[in-house]
Amino acid sequence: MNNQHSVLRIFITLIFAMCLRILPLPESLAVFNPDWVLLVLIYWSLAIPERVGISYAWMFGILTDVLMGRLFGQYAFSYSLVIYMVLIWHRQLRQFPQFQQSVFVFACLLISQLLLFWFENLKAPAQLHGTFWLPVLSGTFCWTLVYHIMRFVRRF
Amino acid sequence: MRLLIAILASVTLLITEYRSERLLPVRATLSVLTDSLKYAVDLPASLFEKLSDTLTSYETLKTENNKLRQEQLVNQTQLLKFEALEKENIRLRALMENSFKLGEQVLIAELLSINLAPYEHKMVVNKGTRFGVHQQQPVLDSNGVVGQVFRALPFTSEIMLITDPNHAIPVQVNRNGLLTIAVGSGVANQLNLPYLPNNADIQAGDLLITSGLGGTFPAGYPVAVVDDFPQTSNKSITHITATPKAHLDRNRELLIVWTNNAPIQLSTPAIKTPEPHE
Repeated sequence: MNNQHSVLRIFITLIFAMCLRILPLPESLAVFNPDWVLLVLIYWSLAIPERVGISYAWMFGILTDVLMGRLFGQYAFSYSLVIYMVLIWHRQLRQFPQFQQSVFVFACLLISQLLLFWFENLKAPAQLHGTFWLPVLSGTFCWTLVYHIMRFVRRF
Repeated sequence: MRLLIAILASVTLLITEYRSERLLPVRATLSVLTDSLKYAVDLPASLFEKLSDTLTSYETLKTENNKLRQEQLVNQTQLLKFEALEKENIRLRALMENSFKLGEQVLIAELLSINLAPYEHKMVVNKGTRFGVHQQQPVLDSNGVVGQVFRALPFTSEIMLITDPNHAIPVQVNRNGLLTIAVGSGVANQLNLPYLPNNADIQAGDLLITSGLGGTFPAGYPVAVVDDFPQTSNKSITHITATPKAHLDRNRELLIVWTNNAPIQLSTPAIKTPEPHE
């Protein structure tokens, strides 16, 4: 796999993830829509940590901020932090069985959502519903799926 | 090291945007990229709509056309009377030397079917600063007030609905002119009226219209209808709610409004009145 080819692949998957993020779902499903961009970023930084790192996380974090209409830097902040954690532990994580990886992803998504919760409350003391936390759970369940699809994409 | 730089950069951006609007051009530039994604996601829905438009049969079109023509006739006759009333109102106000604001311009915008954050009551429409849309513009539909423009980007703009928990709109009870504020509840199709005194004269079924105070919304547009609430001796304990007139969850077409801030000329040739002062 040559260099240019893989960069293109990374970009396409991340852009596709951003599209999934704003998919028009009915209300009952929309509350479960997980943070696809972060899941894909975690996958890439696990698979090729020497190439996809904090700079990618920050860049796509900023783009997600604009896409979702958040304050600048919210997603950039949380994505950079999570990807940093993945980079530190990527050697162990690769050895982990699927279940333990999911637990780690759960922690990652929870940290990201906690930061978002904090930023949202900073902006306006919003009355955030309990459903705010559902994407963390659904994201964890989607991790296995994302992992296999992305591995297929990478080796395609 | 990289993490530190990234975090510092994000925090700086956060603080800058929280404090000022200096980053708007940056956001506008980046939004060109993300807006194309929004349009791409919206594409299936709008294509489907176009397809169903082309595939409607002649019969349905004919019946719809007939129905619309009848509606048009009814509206026209009502407008005739309305015009006379408006003139009369202006004349009366001229007698009282009162300024009168009138005249609004509208732009039709279409909703993009995308989903930003389910816990917020925001929508995205397909008109932006390219069409002169700016922040805090009121947004209506054919039935009433929908919300206001929260953020205008070059090709799209975000609209905050009146039901968003961070939104409040100054309203007036149409029956008796009682002024209050309707706050978004965060629940679909529900507004709260928390700032009413115990002895307020308000009943279920009262129409709430915009009062024009605050300057964002032009006066006189229908907002909501007061819901049933249990009649007790102490109304402050009762939680009074209202249902928005606008079809917040169904409409795909919305009107973005430009209000004319200059009061119109009051002196009419029929009656000689002194020039009104502002």
